[in-house]
Amino acid sequence: MKKFISGNHAVAEAVRLCRTQIVAAYPITPQTAIYEKLSDWEAVDELGGIMMRMESEHSAMAACLSASLAGARTFTATSSQGLALMHEMLHFASGCRAPVVMACVNRTLAAPWAFWSDQTDSLSQRDTGWIQIYCEDGQESLDSVIQAFRIAEQVLLPCMVVLEGNFISHFMEPIEVPEKSLVDRFLPPVNIPKRFDINNPGFAVPVVNQMQYRGYRRLSQEAMAFSLKVIEDVDRSFAKIFGRGYGVVDAVGTQDADLVLVTSATITSTARVALARLRQKGYKVGLVKIRVFRPFPTQALRLILDKVPKIAVIDRNISLGREGIFCSELKASLTHSALRHQIQGYLAGIGGTDVDPELIERIALDAVNRKQALDGPIWMTEEE
Amino acid sequence: MTESSRPIEVMRPGHLACPGCGIAIGMRMVFQALGKRVVVVVVPSCVAVISGPYPNAAFDVPMFHSAFEIAAPTAAGISNALKVQGVDDIPVLAFAGDGGTFDIGLQSLSGAADRNDDLIYVCMDNEAYMNTGIQVSSATPRYAWTGTSPRGNTRRKKQIMEIMAAHRIPYAATACIGFADDLIEKVKKAKEIRGTRFFHLLSPCPTGWKMEEHLGPKVAVAAVETNIFPLYEIVDGLHYTINHESRSLPVETYLMMQGRYKHLGQEEVQAIQTETDRAWADLHFKTTRHAK
Repeated sequence: MKKFISGNHAVAEAVRLCRTQIVAAYPITPQTAIYEKLSDWEAVDELGGIMMRMESEHSAMAACLSASLAGARTFTATSSQGLALMHEMLHFASGCRAPVVMACVNRTLAAPWAFWSDQTDSLSQRDTGWIQIYCEDGQESLDSVIQAFRIAEQVLLPCMVVLEGNFISHFMEPIEVPEKSLVDRFLPPVNIPKRFDINNPGFAVPVVNQMQYRGYRRLSQEAMAFSLKVIEDVDRSFAKIFGRGYGVVDAVGTQDADLVLVTSATITSTARVALARLRQKGYKVGLVKIRVFRPFPTQALRLILDKVPKIAVIDRNISLGREGIFCSELKASLTHSALRHQIQGYLAGIGGTDVDPELIERIALDAVNRKQALDGPIWMTEEE
Repeated sequence: MTESSRPIEVMRPGHLACPGCGIAIGMRMVFQALGKRVVVVVVPSCVAVISGPYPNAAFDVPMFHSAFEIAAPTAAGISNALKVQGVDDIPVLAFAGDGGTFDIGLQSLSGAADRNDDLIYVCMDNEAYMNTGIQVSSATPRYAWTGTSPRGNTRRKKQIMEIMAAHRIPYAATACIGFADDLIEKVKKAKEIRGTRFFHLLSPCPTGWKMEEHLGPKVAVAAVETNIFPLYEIVDGLHYTINHESRSLPVETYLMMQGRYKHLGQEEVQAIQTETDRAWADLHFKTTRHAK
């Protein structure tokens, strides 16, 4: 059924549809509406699980990961400072292979204080061993949460579904909320290892030696690599049932392109508009959206970009002292291309500033006319 | 004692505690009271070290070594997960040290107590960060030597039982390894209650308290008999019961057994005595405040 709802509401719908057993959460703007919506449903016995109202995000993740190790399907949501506070537990969740699903609603990190969309919060968790999926709109956010449970429970890695604060979390859109029976068909009842069996007791997460630690790291890395195929398979079977699919990357007009814009999340939607205009004006420009950031879809990107001479990466995030994080990742993944690409990074929308089609057109034209890429990023602002 | 009346032994040989460790003795007693049908959380502290490095496990129960500051929410997560799976008869127990309870874990413990999450929380208090090698914590008594209070701790020991009582949790009790029957009886009692149950378990540490290895239980007895560490329980945060009327021996009896107090002069000993007398009178007063 189509409902006119916000992205946060859509995420909550997905959590309920997935028969989530434990929700442990703590309020933070702009995520709070997810927590509130799930609480509303719990109050009228429509959630179907237990809501734990935690005293911090750190404890929320602690409860989620331990409940997950006990065999329960678990969910939490957070943003910004809350995600940063969770950092220790993010490593812990992936290290003990707990398939927790989390919605991260992107928000600027303090200081200074602000409440707008900026991806640096979730991208700062790059190395925590979480699968990360970046969503373009409310529908994709809802669908990705449903997919995330199946992916996480299959590979036993936690999965973060990332949606942008305000642009997705608070924008109302017509969103298809699937029938529960369809979701049940797609997502089987939770069946993950129960680590605390009194008839077969074991000591979970003991202290290990150096070689054992390395061994576990290798296993996690293998699971991450394997998960890329699982993400693709899950997306395909999702498309079969629901008629919508997203891929690990999405390419538009890249076949004949001299320049490809690389985007993630909501800037992609805007770039689709800019792309149509640029094509009308005769520019051979294409667009690639990176949806899955961890594991990084190197092969999928190389298939599209190996023969493209010019690439412009647009980042709503920054690794200070370097550049946009998607840009760095993309450069690294194209190291083995036969072609020497001209890859230029552009910072657009930092701090939640507006990125309109005109700004993206300006980026494209800059890239088309640029003879030599700079080592650092180019800051794009609204007024020129 | 016949074989059938022997308490259930959950602890295996080969644990990693220092010789004479009060925590190892205390954990063993707690398990003798609870039996094997229990899921256990340990967090970084001597408790986790004792539980053994991979692939060894000192305890014959399902156990999870979680992170330092989250013993309570970890146990709460497991407890709720078992409930949604329809398992309602397996208690979840969390062991944490004094640092993990009084200091870094206090916020998350307060959260669990506030929600009255269904768990038994046992603070194994050896009165300093002993796992990292004897550093002062907010459970360290005044004047005690530690590696980070080389001239004696200047702060008063944080009153964790008062903090827990203020949460109005259904059950909170002090216990120590010098009074095994009292400890075991209270753990059994707590097992039958639902909600957050808290134990403050004094666990003498020969290594950190600078005393001979065989003195742990004796020092624990002295702590109780001098009123340094009274044995009592609090029901619903209101109803106090003193479990052992002590002999009110001079505190010097307790202090002189331990090297961590050897630098004390008469003035400090008198200050400890005065404070101990005040706290003991106060505890008696609390037993009369609310009708049971």
